[in-house]
Amino acid sequence: MRGATHAKWAACAIAVALAAAACGGGSDSGGSGADGIVSSSWGDPQNPLEPANTNEVQGGKVLAMIFRGLKHYDPRTGEAKDMLAESIETKDSVNFTITVKPGWKFSNGETVTAKSFVDAWNYGADLRNNQRNAYFFGYIEGYEQVHPEKGRPSAQTMSGLKVTGDRTFTVKLSQKFSTWPDTLGYAAFAPLPRAFFDDHDAWLAKPVGNGPYLVDSYARGSQMSLRRWDEYNGPDKAQNGGIDLKVYTDNNTAYTDLIAGNLDLVDDVPASQLRNVEADLGDRYINTPAGIIQTLAFPYYDKAWNTPDGAKVRTGLSMAINRKQITDTIFQQTRTPAKDWTSPVLGEEGGFDPTLCGKACEYDPAEAKRLIAEGGGLPGGRITLTYNADTGSHKDWIDAVCNSIKNALGDDRACVGNPIGTFADFRNQITQSKMPGPFRAGWQMDYPLIQNFLQPLYYTNASSNDGKWSNKKFDDLVDKANAEADPATAVETFKEAEKVVRDEMAAIPLWYQNGSAGYSERVSNVALNPFSVPVYEEIKVN
Amino acid sequence: MGRYVIRRLLQMVPVFFGATLLIFLMVNVMGDPIAGLCGERQCDPATAAQLRKEFGLDKPLWQQYATYMGNVFTGDFGTAFNGQEVTELMAEAFPVTIRLTLVAIFFEIVIGISLGVVTGLRRGRPVDSGVLLLTLVVISVPTFVTGLLLQLLLGYEWDIIDPSVSTDARLGELIVPGLVLASVSLAYVTRLTRTSIAENSRADYVRTAKAKGLPRGRVIRKHLLRNSLIPVVTFIGTDIGALMGGAIVTERIFNIHGVGYQLYQGILRQNTQTVVGFVSVLVIVFLVANLLVDLLYAVLDPRIRYA
Repeated sequence: MRGATHAKWAACAIAVALAAAACGGGSDSGGSGADGIVSSSWGDPQNPLEPANTNEVQGGKVLAMIFRGLKHYDPRTGEAKDMLAESIETKDSVNFTITVKPGWKFSNGETVTAKSFVDAWNYGADLRNNQRNAYFFGYIEGYEQVHPEKGRPSAQTMSGLKVTGDRTFTVKLSQKFSTWPDTLGYAAFAPLPRAFFDDHDAWLAKPVGNGPYLVDSYARGSQMSLRRWDEYNGPDKAQNGGIDLKVYTDNNTAYTDLIAGNLDLVDDVPASQLRNVEADLGDRYINTPAGIIQTLAFPYYDKAWNTPDGAKVRTGLSMAINRKQITDTIFQQTRTPAKDWTSPVLGEEGGFDPTLCGKACEYDPAEAKRLIAEGGGLPGGRITLTYNADTGSHKDWIDAVCNSIKNALGDDRACVGNPIGTFADFRNQITQSKMPGPFRAGWQMDYPLIQNFLQPLYYTNASSNDGKWSNKKFDDLVDKANAEADPATAVETFKEAEKVVRDEMAAIPLWYQNGSAGYSERVSNVALNPFSVPVYEEIKVN
Repeated sequence: MGRYVIRRLLQMVPVFFGATLLIFLMVNVMGDPIAGLCGERQCDPATAAQLRKEFGLDKPLWQQYATYMGNVFTGDFGTAFNGQEVTELMAEAFPVTIRLTLVAIFFEIVIGISLGVVTGLRRGRPVDSGVLLLTLVVISVPTFVTGLLLQLLLGYEWDIIDPSVSTDARLGELIVPGLVLASVSLAYVTRLTRTSIAENSRADYVRTAKAKGLPRGRVIRKHLLRNSLIPVVTFIGTDIGALMGGAIVTERIFNIHGVGYQLYQGILRQNTQTVVGFVSVLVIVFLVANLLVDLLYAVLDPRIRYA
């Protein structure tokens, strides 16, 4: 009889399992359900979600939905337009008077005032708050006191910021910077409600902003549900009921979910799927330029790379790379061969110049060979290209670049890739100036200004000048450009500076990166902005 | 028995410390994790120093380890870089992975042992050769191939399941991932059971039992199976730990936010606290599973006694 009971038990277990399978399999767990909610893929943000603490795309997506700052970058042109700013006035490019528009509120009912900005900026700059984007406030006078390079801060607020009225405040910069107002669309400059300071943990658990969406629920590491904020009275109201951001362990899985109809939007089509994407999605695949450029940087702290004739070697290397072939075959045209050191999203008025690099960026093996020989040959007879192998299919293109160089020079030993296991370790070795040769450098713009593509990367001791390149002429031109009152003249001066980068071939520009996204038949009006982030508020649910 | 258990528990202490120390050292050898926190640009030195201080990375390594272990005993596993407590991450990840592991073990036991018994009793027949061939295929194909293939076929082509598992990771959604996770072990369980059954079915006690006129089913269950299961139980027991830790591939494919995913993220971001915390718990799971297996022996075969 005991045998019979066992069998019964097993039968029950199987029945339960099958029943569970039935409820799990069929129903819509994809969230592409009612009320015009769009489900979108997401990655786990690396840092706590705070405006001045978020420096990667995943956290940035959320900030773009729940915050609006003084300026807002036009999703199509990238132009900085007034959003909360009624006016930003200056006579000398140093002292700015900012007036905030009336009638703006945070989604918890607090009014957005001048103080909301000043408090947020002081918080972001304060060393004690560990904000990773603190350096954005570095142009404001008094930054050194709240964020000294060494030791403790001697002040809690920046002397350059003063609230002069309910809706007005003044900013004093520590140097001339005519295009500074255009940087104010960056998320780090968003206003913060009192709730942020009063109960920080509660705010982090469920951020409150002043944008078209509000956070409905947030399960860290798995999903954030954003819903349209009906009282939002900005010009860019959400066209859908809300966005469900779902964390995916792998973007391949997200893509499979998209084509299976369980997900509405994937904003990062995996490289391995680019071959099928046209067949799978047809015109629901977006491939548009973004403000991202890939370059090869050089270790100028290494004597072998810092020779008087080095520019010839570097230019030669640049000419030995067949950019077109690599972007066509490896990236399926989701990258565009670079023709300068900025990005097409700036537009020609903003400083993009497709003729600037000229011949130095054209594939010409014979000339490459000649130039490298003339410059004294490759240091040590071969180059080592360092990259991080954990993400972004960097291995594929590094190998291709290497092969291109080897073929051009007719030397099988000329180039070798040097993979590093994790991004953290890669960055670690870069900051310790340990690069054995050229290395991968990517730059995603913070704001669509030519200044942002040049100063942080090539100015002496700038924050992202990883190769420690230094050139007096370039620095002077950048200073001059920043002091220029007329934006058009400023752009022209920046281009002069960029020509110095070209003549010295400070870094080899490889290609501009596109944003790639795919969406389901349920939604329409999907676009990527110049930061390659979907313009969520414009998505319509059919 | 009691003394045996206590001795085994005491043995776990050095193993635990050794394992955590090794992991701690390995993660630290990879260098300064703060460098990766600021994206493509260098953290400004003051903020980097401040962050290093916050995560205790400015102290010498032995001190970091001592502090860490001290905290672990008060139940504090530290904070991940995104500001979340590691214990919180564990509370989210372990239930999911345990559920996945249970599904996998369930398949191993039910499918693996039944197939093993069937083939063991029908040696050389077509069923036996067929299953043998099948297990060979399963063992030789890597898990990620099986996983991706099943995901594509069942999830996209035939639309039977969702390609990805939702946040709640309900039991029903975990059936296919569990099967993928179990597949290789399942094949081993089948083969182990088959061999064991085949060997024991010719043993004297089975013949005696048959001669006594006992029903065939009872002979198989009570006499043959019970004696044949000892190697299988060993294998399944040690497999529990391996499945939990080895779920990285399966969890990635099916979007399961479990231990494997957290470990993967932790390693990518070089987050010592996450990696060491999760691995410590996995080590304990492994040790306890092994202990349970050893104790189960005595239940299956009363001749095995622990003094």
